[in-house]
Amino acid sequence: MSLPQDISIALLHQMLRIRAFEEKCAELYSAGKIRGFLHLYIGEEAVAAGIMPALTLEDAVVATYREHGHALARGLSAQSVMAEMFGKQEGCSSGRGGSMHLFDVTQRFYGGNAIVGGGLPIAVGLALADKMQKRNRVTVCFFGEGAVAEGEFHECMNLAQLWKLPVLFLCENNLYAMGTALSRSESDTDLVTKAASYNMAAATVDGMDVEAVYRAAQEAVGAIKHLGIPYFLELRTYRFRAHSMFDPELYRPKAEVEQWKRHCPITTFEQRMRDAGLLDDAQLVALKADVAHEIAHAVAFADAGTWEPAEQLERDVYTRQVSGA
Amino acid sequence: MNLNEPAAKIRTTYREALRMALREALQRDDRVFLMGEDVGRYGGSYAVSKGLLEEFGEERIRDTPLSESAFVGAGIGAALGGMRPIVEIMTVNFSLLALDQIVNNAATLRHMSGGQLSVPLVIRMATGGGRQLAAQHSHSLEGWYAHIPGLRVLAPATLEDARGMLWTALQDPDPVIIFEHAMLYNLEGNLAADAGAVEIDHAAVRRAGDDVTLITYGGSLGKALQAAEQLADAGIGAEVIDLRTLRPLDSNAILASVKKTHRAVVIDEGWKSVGLSAEVSARIMEGAFYDLDAPVLRVCSREVPIPYAKHMEEAALPQVPAIVQAAREVLHRA
Amino acid sequence: MPSLGADMEAGTLVEWLVKPGQKVKRGDVVAVVETQKGAVEVEIWEDGVVDALVIEPGTLVPVGEVLATLHSEGMAAASPATQPTSAPRTPAASAPPTAAAASAERGRISPAARRRAQELGVDISKLAPSSADGIISIADVEQAAHQIAPAVNKQAAMRQAIGAAMAKSKREIPHYYLGNSIDVTHALGWLAQENTKRSVKERILFAAVLLRAVAVALKETPELNGLWIDQQFRPSTAVHLGVGIALRGGGLVAPAIHDAQDKGVPEIMSTLADLVQRSRSGGLRSSELTDATITVTNLGEQGVETVYGVIYPPQVALVGFGRMVERPWVRDDAVQIRSIVQATLCADHRASVGHRGALFLTALERLLQQPERL
Repeated sequence: MSLPQDISIALLHQMLRIRAFEEKCAELYSAGKIRGFLHLYIGEEAVAAGIMPALTLEDAVVATYREHGHALARGLSAQSVMAEMFGKQEGCSSGRGGSMHLFDVTQRFYGGNAIVGGGLPIAVGLALADKMQKRNRVTVCFFGEGAVAEGEFHECMNLAQLWKLPVLFLCENNLYAMGTALSRSESDTDLVTKAASYNMAAATVDGMDVEAVYRAAQEAVGAIKHLGIPYFLELRTYRFRAHSMFDPELYRPKAEVEQWKRHCPITTFEQRMRDAGLLDDAQLVALKADVAHEIAHAVAFADAGTWEPAEQLERDVYTRQVSGA
Repeated sequence: MNLNEPAAKIRTTYREALRMALREALQRDDRVFLMGEDVGRYGGSYAVSKGLLEEFGEERIRDTPLSESAFVGAGIGAALGGMRPIVEIMTVNFSLLALDQIVNNAATLRHMSGGQLSVPLVIRMATGGGRQLAAQHSHSLEGWYAHIPGLRVLAPATLEDARGMLWTALQDPDPVIIFEHAMLYNLEGNLAADAGAVEIDHAAVRRAGDDVTLITYGGSLGKALQAAEQLADAGIGAEVIDLRTLRPLDSNAILASVKKTHRAVVIDEGWKSVGLSAEVSARIMEGAFYDLDAPVLRVCSREVPIPYAKHMEEAALPQVPAIVQAAREVLHRA
Repeated sequence: MPSLGADMEAGTLVEWLVKPGQKVKRGDVVAVVETQKGAVEVEIWEDGVVDALVIEPGTLVPVGEVLATLHSEGMAAASPATQPTSAPRTPAASAPPTAAAASAERGRISPAARRRAQELGVDISKLAPSSADGIISIADVEQAAHQIAPAVNKQAAMRQAIGAAMAKSKREIPHYYLGNSIDVTHALGWLAQENTKRSVKERILFAAVLLRAVAVALKETPELNGLWIDQQFRPSTAVHLGVGIALRGGGLVAPAIHDAQDKGVPEIMSTLADLVQRSRSGGLRSSELTDATITVTNLGEQGVETVYGVIYPPQVALVGFGRMVERPWVRDDAVQIRSIVQATLCADHRASVGHRGALFLTALERLLQQPERL
């Protein structure tokens, strides 16, 4: 543990915030307040929390359908995300997207993509625009290890390296693509070798250790900005809950889940902070109270939110309406 | 010497008109760039972008790997990032590899984000059959794309439209797909020397007539006009409508014509079942039912994968005699 | 019963993992529920004490229904262990009854025709379709309304066809025009003489003399007699003279007198009379309508002096004769009154040049000075 206290507190706070948000979502989903699909980030908080500080507001973020943690860590308010989950028009996507399609252009947060691998080309394009307009910015693209099987992954890795685009490819390897273990779907489960096959700089990181993630992110973003190359990080992590709410987890043994829970990024970091004298009980209680307050406020905000009038259904299909059509 | 000469015309081709449009766009707007397979060194698989790499350089004329999904998606991302990309997908047949990016991203991002995101992307694709390229290279899937809310779909069938639709499409803040029928690239004709941007919201009446309306687009326009000539020799006045925009369809133009002639034939190189011709027919039924003197007939490709042998391909694609026959049928003169 | 998935409507309670009176904490697993995807553990979101287990294991329970009640420690108030779900499904709106379409009693009628019938006050039950497909169309309705014989509609169609052909002719054929004034006084005299020998029925009209003269003159300029097909002139050995015949009501046909080169003036006359009669009664044969290799028109009937014609494609020439007029004419160094006819030739410049056309007209003039030789 060698991070200064203020950064450590901030990282812990972010992880606690994400955890609390996700648990509240699980509860609200069971109650029917949140509908559709719900993919929770519980257990993986260190990744989003550790990566975001390496970015400026000028950089861009593309994520997946399991993106609540990324959205919150990036800077979307808990209330706008919660309202979106409820489908209210006060949500970040005006209630149009729901859990899987969080967007906030002011935070340069480009979703929220429900197609596995579907966000990678967009990230490549955002980076291409930056390079062509000579802006020294990074586009961070989060995806799961399941996306590595999709053609888009290979097309994008190749294109980004070929054209030297400033993309940070962040593969969150939680070992399971829905119900299929990585070992059952990949001939080579060592993911950085795939990056090497495209000549791309890469590293593997312990995704349960927020400090390791933080440092790896700083280094990767630095390399991208200074060398003008893309970068690939594999973050080894684990989701403590099912793929989505409707998943009886027949594909992994309970013992394995319990084993990984012992490496919970939050409790392990808490302990390390305590051991380094950077955290005491009072501070932790204060942090948790702050988080609880924020989440409760977000729920109240979402509850009080309003439904978009159905007459507005066709708004924003096109910018320009053509009469007579 | 006629001192009051009309505007000078140049003799040119559809292909060259497209190239003129690309050059103009690249010259006028630094944000515009062309990206696709073989658009640079090769000069474009249909020679549309010949010479552009030499003129504009590798930054603006980008040869891509064979990665349709990646480079179409990159076009979307670049558009989100403030560029004005023109993505060339070699043909509609290969666009199937990029359908996810087009349908799930380009078409949805504005609506799905609550109006926050704009994707000012132009995608150009060659389309259609008639060159004995067999089933996987002869599709006409304009109808599939015209089905998707969030996309604009254009089909230039004349030199003026080949010259003029691109700039207007680039100004549109939403994704626009331009379909170029492969048999039109060699089409030769006269074009005003000062031809420029044209509007992209309306159909055009290419030939006026009072007895029957022939509605078509793209590569089938020539056949419809030929059919109209033959019908004229038989004393039948056919009005030929070039749809130009397939999404949104110019319902006003279609209905105004059918209300005048009382009879309609739709010509579409796509397959008849569940296609664009069905949409046009439905709109006529909805908007001009009481003006119809006969059911709307459709002349489309036969329900088969397009075959290779010449006579088989001709039998599969819509041809002039079938259009003439259909027109006679709606006039109860078959 | 919690909602555990987007399309979950109900679940089967498999087993209870708690008992009434048991203390539970937020996050404890209290039951196992069987869903379509398999058994799922149900957790509780509140701290409290289990009151009553409302549902028996093995029961299929809709989402939102109470499974068990619990109360918070120190209180006996019952509160549901799961919260009820939101809005119940609204019943599907029943489809409005479709309007029964009124059907015509006799035959099928197009919507436009039905509306036109309404506008014109036509009783559609009295209509019969005129087309092979059996559908009563606008044309049928309008015909019934205006009580015009079908021939008139046919004439309208004919006019359109003629118009289309004439437009095509002018578009594609490079016409040139030549004219000649021909003194036919002698020929008229000859004809009057011939007709004294004939009955009224066999009387020969001057038109037949002109037609025969044309047929003979064409021997000298064969490039005016034939068809332009596939970018080429195909001369015809036979002269099938198309004769322009005006129909009552404004129509025009130009049936052919076949092999006029072999028919003398009397035979041409009888053929002409037959054609005129059958043109007006509608009894022309298709070969007569399609075989003409040249056309002669306007045989003085309409009253104009000069005819500037339009060639009927695929022919390459048209000969026009204006009306006969008495004119002062210089002849034998004196001014005499002579009967003069303007003969014009319009010809396709792709098949002949003006020089040849001129030869034709001079031949024509020459032949008409010796009508007995025709």
